[in-house]
Amino acid sequence: MAKLSLRRVRKRFGEHEVCKGIDLDVAEGEMVCLIGASGSGKSTLLRCMNLLEPIDDGVIWLDGTDISEPGLDPQPVRQQIGIVFQSYNLFPHMTAAENVMLAPRRVRRLSREELRPRVAKLFSRFGLGDRMEHYPDQLSGGQQQRVAIIRALAMEPQIMLFDEITSALDPELVGEVLDVLRDLRKQGMTMVLATHEMGFARELADKICFLDAGRILEQGPPDVLFASPREPRTKAFLSRVL
Amino acid sequence: MSETPLRNNPVEHPASTPTRREVYEAGVRRRSNRIALISTVSVLLAIVVLVPLAPGWEAVQRAFFNGRVFAATFPGLLEAFFLNVMIFAWSAPLIAISGLAIALCRDTRAPALFPLRLFGIAYTDIFRGLPVVLVIYIVGFGIPGLGLPRPWNSPYIWGTLALVLVYSAYVAEVIRSGIDSIHQSQRSAAASLGLSDQDTMRFVVLPQAIRNVVPANMNLFIALQKDVALLSFIGPVEIFRQAGVYKSLYANFTPYVGAALIFLALTIPATRYADYLMNKQNRARS
Amino acid sequence: MKLISGTALALFFSTTSVLAAGDGTCAKGKTLTEGTLTIATGNPAYYPWVMNDAPESGEGFEAAVAYAIADKMGFSQDKVTWVRTSFDEAIQPGAKNFDINMQQYSITPEREEMVDFSLPYYTSAMAVLTTQNVVDSGAEATLDGLKALKWGAVATTTAIPMLSDVIQPSDAPLLYNDNADVNAAIMAGQIDAALYDLPTALYLSAVVVENGALLGQFPPGQSESPDQFGILMEDGKLLKECVDAAISELTESGELAAIEAQWLSKATGVPVIE
Repeated sequence: MAKLSLRRVRKRFGEHEVCKGIDLDVAEGEMVCLIGASGSGKSTLLRCMNLLEPIDDGVIWLDGTDISEPGLDPQPVRQQIGIVFQSYNLFPHMTAAENVMLAPRRVRRLSREELRPRVAKLFSRFGLGDRMEHYPDQLSGGQQQRVAIIRALAMEPQIMLFDEITSALDPELVGEVLDVLRDLRKQGMTMVLATHEMGFARELADKICFLDAGRILEQGPPDVLFASPREPRTKAFLSRVL
Repeated sequence: MSETPLRNNPVEHPASTPTRREVYEAGVRRRSNRIALISTVSVLLAIVVLVPLAPGWEAVQRAFFNGRVFAATFPGLLEAFFLNVMIFAWSAPLIAISGLAIALCRDTRAPALFPLRLFGIAYTDIFRGLPVVLVIYIVGFGIPGLGLPRPWNSPYIWGTLALVLVYSAYVAEVIRSGIDSIHQSQRSAAASLGLSDQDTMRFVVLPQAIRNVVPANMNLFIALQKDVALLSFIGPVEIFRQAGVYKSLYANFTPYVGAALIFLALTIPATRYADYLMNKQNRARS
Repeated sequence: MKLISGTALALFFSTTSVLAAGDGTCAKGKTLTEGTLTIATGNPAYYPWVMNDAPESGEGFEAAVAYAIADKMGFSQDKVTWVRTSFDEAIQPGAKNFDINMQQYSITPEREEMVDFSLPYYTSAMAVLTTQNVVDSGAEATLDGLKALKWGAVATTTAIPMLSDVIQPSDAPLLYNDNADVNAAIMAGQIDAALYDLPTALYLSAVVVENGALLGQFPPGQSESPDQFGILMEDGKLLKECVDAAISELTESGELAAIEAQWLSKATGVPVIE
């Protein structure tokens, strides 16, 4: 059974339908990359997965439980599915450590004292051991994005969603963030990424999904999809970005 | 010969000698300072020399800038000003708290709390529309007139309430604008971590919103410091009223000038500080 | 000292110029409009000083005195025009829109530094305005009894030095813009008593203040500096000697007393505060 399953998921904003019936399965420990042009619906799809956006039609199952039922409290689901955004969205008035500890303190009712050793471990694991007491504006883009990842991980989610998390970074900072993802991959974290980093997707993904105008046009293992895409639109897209 | 142009090259002497650009800019700066100084001095001279030449100057000076009256009344004014400071000191925190509460009322989204939201909207609309003096009269004389016993009918209590009512409407609007100024992505980030709406407001949105509106609120509190004087309409003898008493005793307006000086001594630094905060914030944003 | 010497000087002038004033030539060339006397009163002007806010009728104490003074100065009834001013307008520097200003201005040495006052045309007792409830609850017309009361007054009146120098209440008095606000504060129970000149106090207690009462009066003879009303004129204007002459004449002939008897109720029955 898939960890996360989507069937016929539709999402519209006013007149504009962004997801036009998405079917997708993510297995436990799998890393799925969503690729496609800007506006093809990658971000919206990720936001639907952790219920930041309610879907209009279709079903989403998490471990076999329908989490897309209208009226369901989204908060427990969001604790299971973490998300990291393109623009970090750190809380600028808190230190890096406070950013990370806020949700565990408020949602899981853990004390700062209980949290601190665990949080410190996460920080040093991602090379930020000496940055815990810095405010976001004292950190580089790459460091901020790593803090954002730590913040999501601190809730110990079962699935992590990454929404183009390297797109806002200077090229020389992209590497340090991708290293974090490699690390998570090694740990066996279930992940869904929207990304423009084709080399990275090719190297690590279990499955690539090409989104075009709100549909998954083609999906498959990276070797297959990158080497011999079936759809002409996939071909056209890949020839532009590779 | 061939070495001369090289020596003139500013790159050769980065620290010790000024570059051509620096020399030029220093010259421009000196010149504009000189012009500013000359024009300021001439305007001041014109005022100092010309105004006393006006035929009525002596009478105006005697009525508004009378040293004898100033010396006689200034200590009393200072003493009365202490009451302004007191009224301000207990009004300001109450205004901050109730302004925040009303701003939160206006921001409630739960349908069950709709009456609260309606109250917030009606409240800010009404109290921002009413003249402060009217509210002070109605609340200050009206409510005690219902038959409250002493000391609960004190004009200090009800006058303060009037100030709190009016000013929290303004403060609420400022805080609400601060809440609106926090980008939706901050709420998304908090929600994605599983935080409740209340926790999101309390820990993520409000701290940022309030920090953003500190300068705007500073300006409101400077205005409040002046409006404390309106409490004199219902009895308290604060500095403005005391100046009025002196004015009628001495048939002279100098006490008002004294009161103005005392006000300015407080409001000018406060205004400067608010501007400084505002500028700092604008710089941080750009 | 200044007040006394000023009065003495004025008296000297008045006696020497009685004849001049009497034949109506004193004010020649000294008024705003030649041949007309422009008199200012309050806006509004209050009972019993001016009846119905209509000084032109000559009814009310100050209106009647004004016409009597004008007559002595040689201005017939139709040569008098009325304007309205506030206290602030009366004392502001610069050209004035009146020749003389009459609205219960108390003569004080401090004020005389800035403006001219005529000889007094009325000497007022100060009276304590209160309500029957306060009287019933045992307020006494003694200095000690008064000290314990919560006091109010109109901020622009000479009641304030009287309060702070003579009564010295234990709680700081509350001060108001006008009679209406004092009344509102009495109604709200925020003050027990207010200090007024006797005619105004009588009027307020009878007509304005619900259940109003007078607790007592400070008769003028008892006070060190009795509250005397003078006509206010621009400082240094030569008109003062003409006005003073007219007032002295009215006082000596008893006309002033007659006008007072006609318009101001006798203060009999108001207990005297020792």
